[in-house]
Amino acid sequence: MPPFPLPLEALIGKTGLYLVFLAIGFFFGFVLEVSGFNHSPTLAAQFYFKDLRVFKVFFTAIATAMVLIFGSSALGLLDYNLIWVNETFLWSGIVGGLIMGVGFILGGFCPGTSIVALATLKIDGIFFVLGGFVGAFLFSETVGSFENFFNGSYYGRLTLMDVFGIPTGWLVLLVVLMALGMFWGGEKLEALFGKKETPARPALRRIGAGSLIGAALLVLFIGQPTTADKWGRISTEKEAALAAREVQIHPAELLSAMADDRLQTVLLDIRSETDFNLFHIRGARNITVETVPDLVAELRVGMAPNTVVVVMGNDEAAAVEVWKILVAESVPNVYVLEGGVNHWIAVFAEESPEIAPAPDLAADETPDYLFPAALGERYDIAYPSPHHWGSLEFIPKIKLDLKRGPSGGGCG
Amino acid sequence: MTAATEFHPQIRAGGRLKALTGIFRRQRKSYINPYIGGVLLGLVLFGSFFLTGSGLGASGGIARYVSFLVDLVAPEHVDRVPAWISFSGGDRNALDNWIVLVTTGALLGGFVSGVINGRTRFETHKGPNISNRTRWVFAFLGGIFFTYGARLARGCTSGQALSGGATLAAGSWAVMLAIFGGAYALAYFARRLWN
Repeated sequence: MPPFPLPLEALIGKTGLYLVFLAIGFFFGFVLEVSGFNHSPTLAAQFYFKDLRVFKVFFTAIATAMVLIFGSSALGLLDYNLIWVNETFLWSGIVGGLIMGVGFILGGFCPGTSIVALATLKIDGIFFVLGGFVGAFLFSETVGSFENFFNGSYYGRLTLMDVFGIPTGWLVLLVVLMALGMFWGGEKLEALFGKKETPARPALRRIGAGSLIGAALLVLFIGQPTTADKWGRISTEKEAALAAREVQIHPAELLSAMADDRLQTVLLDIRSETDFNLFHIRGARNITVETVPDLVAELRVGMAPNTVVVVMGNDEAAAVEVWKILVAESVPNVYVLEGGVNHWIAVFAEESPEIAPAPDLAADETPDYLFPAALGERYDIAYPSPHHWGSLEFIPKIKLDLKRGPSGGGCG
Repeated sequence: MTAATEFHPQIRAGGRLKALTGIFRRQRKSYINPYIGGVLLGLVLFGSFFLTGSGLGASGGIARYVSFLVDLVAPEHVDRVPAWISFSGGDRNALDNWIVLVTTGALLGGFVSGVINGRTRFETHKGPNISNRTRWVFAFLGGIFFTYGARLARGCTSGQALSGGATLAAGSWAVMLAIFGGAYALAYFARRLWN
């Protein structure tokens, strides 16, 4: 698995983690200040095409960070799955954005820049921050009346690659070219509206633009790692764990995890819909191998740190293949039900005696039992009494990984 | 003679207070080249993602400071309104969150840079045709709108447009277009403020 982002809380504790965030914030504020973001007339001037300084800083930053993020992901250094990608709430985002636009042109700041203006004792910045306190207060007091709008039009961890259906590398190149085009056009506008002279030293600019394009081409050329690539990087370690049977949990351990209030279990049943309808363990979700990539995004966004994911088939082998995909895509705490649903029924057989063993044990990955009716999870054996089976012994294998990855998004 | 060299004789004269306030009277330096500033900001943003997995943000920190204050004044009220509960309900401390550290760090970093570059001083920046008081009123109003919108959009220019822009989050690009679109659309009507 790529080494970054680091599991900082596990490495240096919460205080250490907070100090890292304080340092990041320090550099953030420092750079905003040296770039002139505490000077409101400059911030406002971009909207009259007179001085596009803020625009230039902003899109240069996006292009630089983007190229570095996807470049390090391409090289296997950074796990894109583990970094915070803002979830899409389309309409509340757009309406919120328009309201922010109003605030921008009236107030001459945005929250980050107003903090830096406050820090450098700009009185207009201080008033903006005070207004910001009022705005945040009003929002918390009023959001209850339009909660459906606030939480609606939700698309999860949606990227531009998903929207346009083009590979990451091309999109990175496109954004870089778009930014450079905007800089070029922006300077023409500045000369027209702001009577600014075109700065000297064109050589340095060409080097900068050239290296951005070069880096983007490199990202495109190397490409983002596929699930198979990611599995390849971790296969030695994980195949060993499989061979040592560290991730195949006994049905009794699954039952005790399901009964444990401190854990949340996500049961992924990869069998056919027919098998699933005949019988499945309570709460299981029927999935197909094709839908696993979508599931990965969904799991990573919605998973609480105390979630355990258990994959199951009729037997074990097919579930292990899905387990490999989930592990390669950095879903934490994934396990396989040992022996699959067949083993589950064998262990808890006395709960539902009406389920009889099939006379001929045919192929692998088929049910070993005959079900009198398609009762799904309404058989008693779908959730045997944890109290009754509490004495059943098993080797405990579930251990929760400490959460690695983002602490949350920009809205905190 | 620059302001920086001016105050040295005062230190020798033993004007300790003047020496202390003197650091705020350093010669004002001009801002750096915007493209270089952009690369530096990009490096900070990337560094944040690379090390921690999180991007940058500002409005979340402001909202949490507000929640902390409201919890001091009216803890019962906080425990009844869902939007406050998520920040400081029960014995939850609204300030115990990464974004608060980033925001506080930005305050420190901005201050230090302002002092080094002679730009930390009480002053009001405004357009040439309005009074200070008008500027303050509109800055206050702008702050209300901006942070309200930022809460609604789940992030501001930093948390959505910048951080989500660099990770190619679809919703963040929509927010970014809306912010700039809104401001450009309204710029004509607000031209008195800035021109």
